[in-house]
Amino acid sequence: MRRLFAALAGGVFGTGLMVSGMVDTAKVRGWLDIFGAWDPTLAFVMGGAIAPMAVAWFFTRGRTPRLGGSFPPPPEQRLGRPLIVGSVLFGMGWGLAGLCPGPALASASFNGAQGLVFLAAMALGMYAAPPVRARLSETHA
Amino acid sequence: MEQDWVYGLLGGGVIGLAGAIYLLINGRIMGASGIVGGLVDGSGRNDGGERLAFLVGLVGVPAVLALVFGAPETNITGNWAVLIAAGLLVGVGTRVANGCTSGHGVCGISRLSLRGIVATVFYIGAGGLTVVLFRHILGVI
Repeated sequence: MRRLFAALAGGVFGTGLMVSGMVDTAKVRGWLDIFGAWDPTLAFVMGGAIAPMAVAWFFTRGRTPRLGGSFPPPPEQRLGRPLIVGSVLFGMGWGLAGLCPGPALASASFNGAQGLVFLAAMALGMYAAPPVRARLSETHA
Repeated sequence: MEQDWVYGLLGGGVIGLAGAIYLLINGRIMGASGIVGGLVDGSGRNDGGERLAFLVGLVGVPAVLALVFGAPETNITGNWAVLIAAGLLVGVGTRVANGCTSGHGVCGISRLSLRGIVATVFYIGAGGLTVVLFRHILGVI
């Protein structure tokens, strides 16, 4: 049952990424390119996604997930160096290729060899991340 | 195109719906980098089936949509060096920061998580500077 609804959520997520045009790297880079032909689409996508999610968070109050277990704990308040450094690195890659993890996966079937090379490099980066994160947290404390 | 923002808003709503399903039914935060990253580095082994099912939906449903309606234009770069560098940066960055556009952006901002908001400011800022540098100054992308 958990897997069924996970697959459903993944499928709906992928559909939303297709409909919104976020699988188009030109649109993403267009949003980041404030000195070029600026494309505001991403702001509408973010706004459109945040609204139903805010409602969903509201409905977590005093309840438990439909399939059991518990909801995620309240967000951590501490920012810390990994959050900042990691987000800057992520943003650089995002700007370079116009791809972030969700759209890169959603477009995997029609992005040719380029899409697969990006995903392979992304997986390698993820595999290498834990020691980097540990190092950054260490020097912070 | 003129109506891009309509599709953006609509697709964004579908993305938010996906996040709501994953949160309210499975009790989990829909963060693409976290779901993949946990599989890649082994930290998510105990719920690996659920993660894998999410990815099957995320990759599979857009593949079916592309077959039925035709694959959308993705404008992915053909520059292999850019693809590899971007993939590595996105992989390391999202895992060090513990989230990407879906986790920190959509799921974090919608519950007013300070970490989500700060991460989003930094990855959009870094992405914007990267596009300006590599497109307008260096002319690489």
